[in-house]
Order: sequence, then structure tokens, then C-alpha cells
Amino acid sequence: MKPAPFDYVVAEDAADAVAALGRYGDEAKVLAGGQSLLPMLALRLARPAALVDINRCGELGGLAESGGTLTVGALARQRDLERWARTRSPLFQEVLASVAHAPIRNRGTVVGNLVHADPASELPALLLCLDGVVRAKGPKGERLIPAEKLYVAPLATSLEPAELAIEVRFTLPPDGAGWGFAEVARRHGDFALVGCVTALTLDGGGLVSHARLGFFGVGGTPVRSAAGEALLLGREPTEARRVEAVRAAAAALSPDGDLHATAAYRKKVAAVLAERMLGAAVGRCRKTR
Amino acid sequence: MKRGVSVTVNGKRHERDVDVRSSLADFLREDLDLTGTHLGCEHGVCGACTVLLEGEPVRACLMLAAQADGHEVRTIEGLASSEDALHPLQEAFWAKHGLQCGYCTPGIIMSAAAFLAEKPAPTDGEIREMLSGHLCRCTGYHFIVEAIREAARAMAAKRTKA
Amino acid sequence: MGAKLFGASVRRKEDPRFLRGEGRYVDDIKLPGMLHAAFVRSPYAHARILSVKTEAARRLPGVAHVFAFADLERWMKPLPLFGAIPPGLAARVAVTMKQVPQLAMGRDRVRFVGEIVAMVLADSRALAEDGCELVEVEYEALPVVTDMVTGGESGAHVIHPEWGDNVAVFFQTGFGDADGAFARADVTVRERFDIQRYVGMPIETRGVVAQWDTRDGSLTAWNSTQVVHFVQQGLVAALGLAPHKIRVIAPDVGGGFGTKANGYPEDLLIPAAAIAARRPVKWAEDRREHMMSAAHARHQAHDIEIAARRDGTMLAVRDRIWLDLGAYNSWGIVLPYNTVAHLLGPHRVPNLRVECRGVVTNKTPNAPYRGAGRPETVFAMDRIVDCLARALHMDPAELRRRNYLSEADMPYEIDLPYRDGNRLVYDSGDFKAGLEAALEAVGYDALRREQAELRGKGVYRGIGLSGYVEGTAIGPYEGATVRLDAAGHAVVATGACSQGQGHETSFAQIAADILGVPLDWVTVVGGDTAAIPFGIGTFASRSAVNAGSSIHVAAGRVRDKIAEAAGALLEAAPADIEIADGTVSVRGAPATSIPLGRVIQAAIPTFAKPGVASPDFEATVYHHQPTVTYTSAVHVAHVEVDPGTGSVKLLRYLVAHDCGKLINPVIVEGQIHGGVAQGVGGGLLEEMAYDEQGQLLTGTFMDYLVPTAMELPPIETVHLEYPSPRNPLGIKGIGEGGAISPPAAIANAVEDALAPFNVRVTRTPLGPSVVVGLVEAAKTT
Repeated sequence: MKPAPFDYVVAEDAADAVAALGRYGDEAKVLAGGQSLLPMLALRLARPAALVDINRCGELGGLAESGGTLTVGALARQRDLERWARTRSPLFQEVLASVAHAPIRNRGTVVGNLVHADPASELPALLLCLDGVVRAKGPKGERLIPAEKLYVAPLATSLEPAELAIEVRFTLPPDGAGWGFAEVARRHGDFALVGCVTALTLDGGGLVSHARLGFFGVGGTPVRSAAGEALLLGREPTEARRVEAVRAAAAALSPDGDLHATAAYRKKVAAVLAERMLGAAVGRCRKTR
Repeated sequence: MKRGVSVTVNGKRHERDVDVRSSLADFLREDLDLTGTHLGCEHGVCGACTVLLEGEPVRACLMLAAQADGHEVRTIEGLASSEDALHPLQEAFWAKHGLQCGYCTPGIIMSAAAFLAEKPAPTDGEIREMLSGHLCRCTGYHFIVEAIREAARAMAAKRTKA
Repeated sequence: MGAKLFGASVRRKEDPRFLRGEGRYVDDIKLPGMLHAAFVRSPYAHARILSVKTEAARRLPGVAHVFAFADLERWMKPLPLFGAIPPGLAARVAVTMKQVPQLAMGRDRVRFVGEIVAMVLADSRALAEDGCELVEVEYEALPVVTDMVTGGESGAHVIHPEWGDNVAVFFQTGFGDADGAFARADVTVRERFDIQRYVGMPIETRGVVAQWDTRDGSLTAWNSTQVVHFVQQGLVAALGLAPHKIRVIAPDVGGGFGTKANGYPEDLLIPAAAIAARRPVKWAEDRREHMMSAAHARHQAHDIEIAARRDGTMLAVRDRIWLDLGAYNSWGIVLPYNTVAHLLGPHRVPNLRVECRGVVTNKTPNAPYRGAGRPETVFAMDRIVDCLARALHMDPAELRRRNYLSEADMPYEIDLPYRDGNRLVYDSGDFKAGLEAALEAVGYDALRREQAELRGKGVYRGIGLSGYVEGTAIGPYEGATVRLDAAGHAVVATGACSQGQGHETSFAQIAADILGVPLDWVTVVGGDTAAIPFGIGTFASRSAVNAGSSIHVAAGRVRDKIAEAAGALLEAAPADIEIADGTVSVRGAPATSIPLGRVIQAAIPTFAKPGVASPDFEATVYHHQPTVTYTSAVHVAHVEVDPGTGSVKLLRYLVAHDCGKLINPVIVEGQIHGGVAQGVGGGLLEEMAYDEQGQLLTGTFMDYLVPTAMELPPIETVHLEYPSPRNPLGIKGIGEGGAISPPAAIANAVEDALAPFNVRVTRTPLGPSVVVGLVEAAKTT
């Protein structure tokens, strides 16, 4: 399985990369970690005229946490995020442990995975739940794309062909937030059949002041359930409330069926996971003053 | 399209012109005659092609040879310290019958070498999690887990002695 | 001669090269001037080929040749067929069988996605693939047959017009009066079981390198195969060359499992291409090709029923069986009849009626894969037995206990022929003892108590049993030559081919013990047609028994020759000669001790004298193995099922088995572990899925799910030993056994875990979506 022929361009910096992308119209692809792109090339499912390698663009590295925001540069590897998470976020740690395997995470980039937009991928759902924003650089300058505007269809984002995603920002859950993450995969590290991410914060009175409930593997894009979250906000997160929120969230899901799971399965189990993870999130909450 | 690269493999620097379509695995196997790195799938799942890039395990099939320019790679051929000696992992796999056909073995051993450097006293669960990035069709993994456990023990003992 | 190496878990002689990355697999072979091959493969499951245009491909820089059928027509003899019905079987069972041979390349028709239509040779594999994209093939789509049941009925579109229907194999057989027993029974249970299509999937794909020597008109082919002599015979027939002009070598092979014990188009096409191009040619199969063109396997349906007395005594079994053979019936009677012969297994069942249909469909053709029909038949039997247990409100272990044969029953004849045409007689074993050993080792009663306790807490664990009896080591032979060199070191050449089974060690253990030399003095050469003229190959758990017996006898003859020569040299009777650790002496006279090499040298004539004996320290033996010898095992699976997500976690897996005497116990355990892992894959994860247009949906390792170390627990083994009376070593085959029972044991365990939900498991693999579907379905029944 060898790729179809392509031109190979090594960009010196982000501006150079954007210019190179522009030269090829929509026939060029960005090569960062390559862990999602190179298999597609090998299978000849993708046949770009050119690869623009951004691995030498020094300014795109880095991972920084400041004031509740985590900023991840385009060249930060998944394993860099994993190492940060070890001491800073059990939620991120849990999510990353489910992303493929160590050799893939050593090369694969966080931003690359996010803009590859596989609906069964974990990180896009996390981005969605954490009010994520992508900073994109294109021929007309830079713009910010919020996560809810980013994912349009399986393997498709709202990035323009000549745009390069140069960094991504996550809004970290507030101090004392509880969280939950679970997926069903047929084997450890596989793409999920279905998965769920949650975050909850309780105020001094034990009422929900902040809620996030997201799913992946439930259709063409990751989904965040505004309806479910609304039913939790401002109330005590009792079991009955959680069940009600999950019911509303699941009702809005219309997943697909495939070789590995039926649509009915995904819808049903999304709800099962959401119930369990909301329970876990509550258990992990520390009431804030 | 071709591109000139300079790659250090097992401590030796090589300067070559590579086809940009070539993967790092192709480069090692075809250009440098280091055929110990095996191709099992060419889409990054089976792990047979795993090598160390600056000490970290990566899939050689999911890296272009051109991307290895300026990097340091270690393959199974460069693991043992000499022609006569074997690395403790190699000794342990031999002692514990941790291989049958040998095809997945180099990739697993390279991953395990990096793994034990980071986690010198792993639990069986941690070993199995590391191994889950490698497919073996012959062994059922049972003796592989024992071999890695044994290697960890032997390496720790050597460090204590030293 | 003390048997000190036989029975010892010595570490393997072959390992150092594998550990250092110095194994030599087919894709490691590079020859000067070598071209790389890639194939144009049909994207249609069934179509007429209207035209093949190769001009554009030929013009691509870097492409050296493009071949369609017409370009290689002179060599296009049909591929070999296997599975002819032996006379002993034909005499007893009326089989209707049709086989039409496959051509190496589609000529006017393709019958499965992946069938070869053209070949491109280029300077690199990448360029060859580029060239393939430029080959223009015009197809006319034909109706597609994908269902083995409806496909076998009249009215279905016929894949091979000359057949009149798609039923490649049909027979009915049995013994006793099954219908009468059913009429009289207290309880009968009937169910339909579906076993999916799943495959060997070795980590090394297939590959062939061929080199044609124009100087002496000889061909050498390195082939990642399990059957070098079969491949050679096919080339003799197709190329019109004498056998000694064709050398087929299996170098290091990265797993076979039966997938590589098949006759393939590429075995012929690559050598033909090398002759046509007058340059060496390499073909290294890629994984996507492998999924669609390497042999498929399994895929059966059983409509099975069992009749019993209220106390659980089994009276009769009736089974209607379908096999989905894929597009060609290359293997004849083998898979269908193996299925029937192994159905009853360890159970005493006095009446049987079966009807068996092997049906062709527009899918990749099947070949035997580790177990070869036994996993499917054991699934049907062990499932119906558990269903019977439930109907009788009896523990499944107790039901088996009441019906398993034991040593007192041996030899036990089942009134059916075996697949080799001989009588089917279990020669040794104690299946009831195996059951008890398994139950005790796993702590069955404690697991049952724990199950009840955890159920109260909403945790669903289950225990599943499965037992098999396996005819192993089918003959009729595997020869060996044992030959000494001047230093007394031995080369053992055999037709057996290793793909990881450790022949270089275990066969050396046999020879070294008998010859009286150190293990590292013995080199085993297998998988090379130049090393021994006649051979069969390694599959069907046959090499230890067949090759091992030949090596045993041949080494004995060489030892006798050493004793003759030593006796002449040391002036003693041959019977008084002792050989140990490569040293020869006269019994009771240690001062006479000399190195073996001196004896050899003394036999070589000089100008001065003729030599103390002939320097012929060589023997070739083709031990005749007329029929199989029977192994048995009981497997226990312990699972935990999450009914909310359908996830099945395999907590423990235990095997209590008998494979006779063990040459190298750790190698035996490794074989069991590997078989179990593949069986677990079959039970939970692996499937080759097609849609209704015959399009293969499983294209990569993202879809074909090979179990990893996280899906498998440590595999516990208990050895029992009932030596085989059918070969001089008392051994039995063990290559396949581990793969036979896991799907049945796991399915039984899952159903047991979900008993409170009244689930009935009727198919595999038991992925989460299937399990949740079963729980949902049970709610409405």
C-alpha cells in the first residue's frame, strides 16, 4: 500500500505553510504528525497533489496553561498533552489514554487530531465541551473558530483549504469541577463505538453552576447537548434530574449504524454512558464557596 | 520527487536521496538493508514497524523518510550493545519463549525498551496496556508479558549491582 | 539412550536471529535487477471481463511489463485442487461434489472482489501500484450470491454455470436411528447457530520472490508458504519443468495458520512473470490485498437439535449444516467432512443424522484455518448442550459429566469414517478426566458461588465450558533425512515447514537424544524442496507426529551405523557402543572414549586402507502414518458482561488438554496460547463482513479486530498425558487445539452471565452491539 505520487514541501514557518497551501488550491494537505493522514495516503483514499510539512515551523510548538485556558500549538504532540495532564488534569489524562497507543501519540499532534474531525475521535468532543477555539491562519489573515462552528461533517471542518490551524485553546473546567469520560471501544485504543464527556460544577448551595455534556461516535460530528445541560443548570444534580437530562440529550441524537454497531446501540449506550458519567462527575465535584 | 536526507541510524549517519513517497520503514529496509523492522499493515495498527525516534517509539510506516532528516533512529539491529551480547529484553524473550514466528518481535522489543526506561517496575496491567499497541498472532501475549516482566527484573538487578 | 532433551523446555535455537532482527522473511530478499509486482484486482464480486487494456500502464515510466491473461496464457494451467474423497469415505458416504479449478488470472469472468485480472511489474512497488491504476478493465456486472442458505437453493443465480446450482458439496450421513430416538426422547432442544467468517490473519502477509536462471533453465521461488512441495508440484504442472529444476523455499515465515497452506494464483504468476521478464520478480502482499485475496475461513450455519432423557443422557443429535465456501471449492471434502466428523466430540451419542451443504458464494475462497471446521462444529454442539442443560435445569458441567467418554471407553469407535477414509476410532484419552481437571483447576464451584453473590449486586459474571476431541496429525507421511558431517554434526532435512512452531528446536531435540549428541550439533532444515524430494507440509497439527516419527526412526538408523563403525574401530560389538554428548565409548570402558568425529573420519577411505565402515552416516525415512491420533481438551471461560454497554470482559481462560507426550512443554504451551487467542478473537472480535453486493467491508486492521494483550487474560493450562499408541513417540498434534473451543466457551459464558435476562446466544462475534441487541430482543420474547 504505497501512496500515489505527491509533491513534498517543507514549510519554514506558518506564513510559508499558508503560502504553500495556497499555491496548490485545494489539492494540498498539511503534514504534521501524519498519524491520520499517512494511512489514508497509503490506502490511496486521499491523493493530495502536495504535502506541506509544518514540522520545522518552530513557532507552532508549545503548550501553555494560563488563567484557566490551555493553549496548544499545532506541533504539540498528543504525548506532550498527556505529560501535562498527568499533574494538571485527570480528565485530559483519561481521554488521552483512550487515544490510540503510545507510538501514535508520540507523533500525532493534538491540533492535527482535532482538525482531522473523525466523528469517533475523543478529542473533538472534549474541545466542544471545553468551549474550545481554533486559531486559524489563512491568506487573508487570522481568525478564531469556536468548536461548535468547526465540525461540519465526518472528516470535514470549516477550515478553508489554504488555512492552517496554528493553535487551539481549551477553557479548563473551573476549580472543583467534577468530570466524567467513558467510551465503548471494541478494543483498548480503538475508535469509540460511542462515548461521552461530562463536566459539572456545583455552587456553595450544591446546585449546578456549570454543566457540559458531550458525545462522540453519535453521527457525523461530536455533539454537545444544550438541552441536557439546561435541565441540569441551577438545580441539584439528583439521580432523577440526571436521568431527565440524559433522556433529553439522547432524544436529540441520530447516530449512524455501521459494521461495528447499530444506530440503536449508539443511541441507547450514549444514554447509559451519560448517566454513569454524570454520576461520576457529581461524585468528583467539590462544592465551591 | 526526491529529497536529500541525513539520518542517524543506530549511531551511524547516513546521507541519501529518498523518494518522498518512501516511508521511514521503506528507507530502513530498502536503502539501509536493515530488514529487522517489519511491515505488517502499513497503516499504523499492527506495530511491527515500531522503531525509536530520539528514544521514543514511533511507527516507521507512518513517517516519511524525508521527515526523518536530522533525526536519530534506533532499530532492533542497534539494540544489543555488541555482536556477542544481547539486550536484557532479548535475553528475557529468549528465556521465556516470548516469540514464535518472530515477525512482531522487533517492534514489541523496541516499544518495550522505551517503556521500561520510563517505567522500570511496571505492573502486568501496565505491560498489557503498552502491548496493546502491538498485534501478535502467534503467542497470545502470555509469554511476552512474562518476558517483559523478567527483563524489568533483570535490568533493575543490574542497576542495583552497578 | 537417555531421553534427556525430549520432554525438556529447552530454549529455542532459532530465536537469536529473530531477536536481533536478522530473520529472513520473503520481503527481506533482494536480488539484483529485481522487479516489483502489483496486481489489478476485481472491484466486482461477480462480473464478466469484457476487455483489459494495458497500453497506458505500459507507457508509465518505471513500469517494465504489464500482463493480462493472454500474455501468460501458455502457463495458465488451473490451480491445484485439494480434498478429493478418499475411497474409504466414498464407500460409506454418498457425496455429491463439484470442483472447478480456479485460473490464476480471471480470463472472462471474476467471481470475488480481489480476484486477479492483471499484473504490473515495475522498478518499485509504488510505481507498480501507479501502473495498476492505469490498466483499464471493462466489466459487466453479474448477479451476486452472498447468502449460503438461499444461494444453495434452486432459483439462485449460479456462479459456475456448468454446475447447475451453487452446492459444491452435499452429503447426508449418520448412524443408528436418530429420528426414532427423537420420537422417544423426554426432552428435545433445537436451535440455529451462525458462526461468522473469520480468518488466520498472520502478521506477515504472503509473498513470493522468483528467480529464473537462464543459464541452466532452473527456477528458484522463495514463498511465504506452509507447503513448499505442493507449490513445487503446481509449478511442475504449469511450467512444464522437471521437479529438480524447480526449487521452492519457505524462508522464515511470519505465521501461517492454514492461510498459507493453500494453492494461490501468485504461487504461479510470480514465477511465470520472472520467466517472461527474464528478471527476478518480487511480490510482497500488502494488508489490504491480504484481506481480500488470502484465504477466508469458518462461516457456517447449523440447524441443530439434541434429544435426551430427563436425567440428561444424550440420545441423538440431528444437524443441518451449511458452509459458505467462497467462490471456488478448492478444498473439496475437507471442511464439510471435518465438521461432521468432529461434531459429537467427547460426548457419547448413540444416534446421529446430519445433512451437510458446502455452498459457493461470490466471496474470497475458503481454505482450512487452524481448526478447519472443528471450531464451528464444536460451537454448535457445545451451544446446544448448554441449551439442553438449561431446559433440564441442570448445571452444564453436570450434563457434560453424565455424557463424556472416559478412558474406560477407549478405544471408542464412532460409526462414521474419518476424513482420510479410515475408521473413526478414538485411540486414547479420558475426556471426563479432562472435564474434572478443568473444573477443579478453575475452581468451578467457587466461581458459581461468586456468580450468585455478584448477581445480587448487579454484576453479571458467567462461566462457559467447551470440550473437543480432535483428530490430529493427518498423514500419510512427512519424511526426514538425517545426515552427519565429518565432525559428527547432524543435518535433519524434512518436508515440514515452520512458521513459528519451533521445529529447529523440537525436531533437533528428538534427533540429538537418539544420536547422543549435544543439541547445538543438530541443524534442522525444513521448507526446502531441494533438501528432500517428497513432502506435504505443516498444517493440520501434523508435523511433530509425522516428521517427528520419521526423524526418530532415521536418527535411530544413523545411530546404528555409528555403532557399527565405532564397533569396528574400537573392536567391540555394536551393541556395547555408547554415544553421549558427542563422545563414543565402549560400555564399561571409559578409557576407550573418543569424539564422534574420529569415528566418522575412520570410516573415510584413504589410499592406505578402505575405512572401518562405509562413511554413509545418513538415513532417509518416510514414516507411514495411515490415520490420525486424537487429542482432547476442555476449555473454561470466565467472563463479566455489562448489559448496559454490551461489553464482555474475559476474566480468566483455562485449558485442560491432552496432547500425548510433550517434546518441548513450553513450545506446546505457546501453541495453546496462540490458538486460544485466535479463538477469543473469533468469539468476540473478528469478522470478515460483506454487503449484499459482495463488497468486502473489512479492509484494514481498523475493521478486522485482532485481539491485543488487553483483550486476553493470562492463559492457564493443565496438561494431561495419554500417550498416542499410533506413533513411536507417543505424541499428538497441538497446533490447532487452542483455537477450537474459545468461541463456544465464551458464548456459553456470556449466555450464562446474562441468564437473568433470558438471553440466548446464537452467533458470534459477541461484540457490544450484538450483546445489547440480544438483551433487547430477550425483553420482547
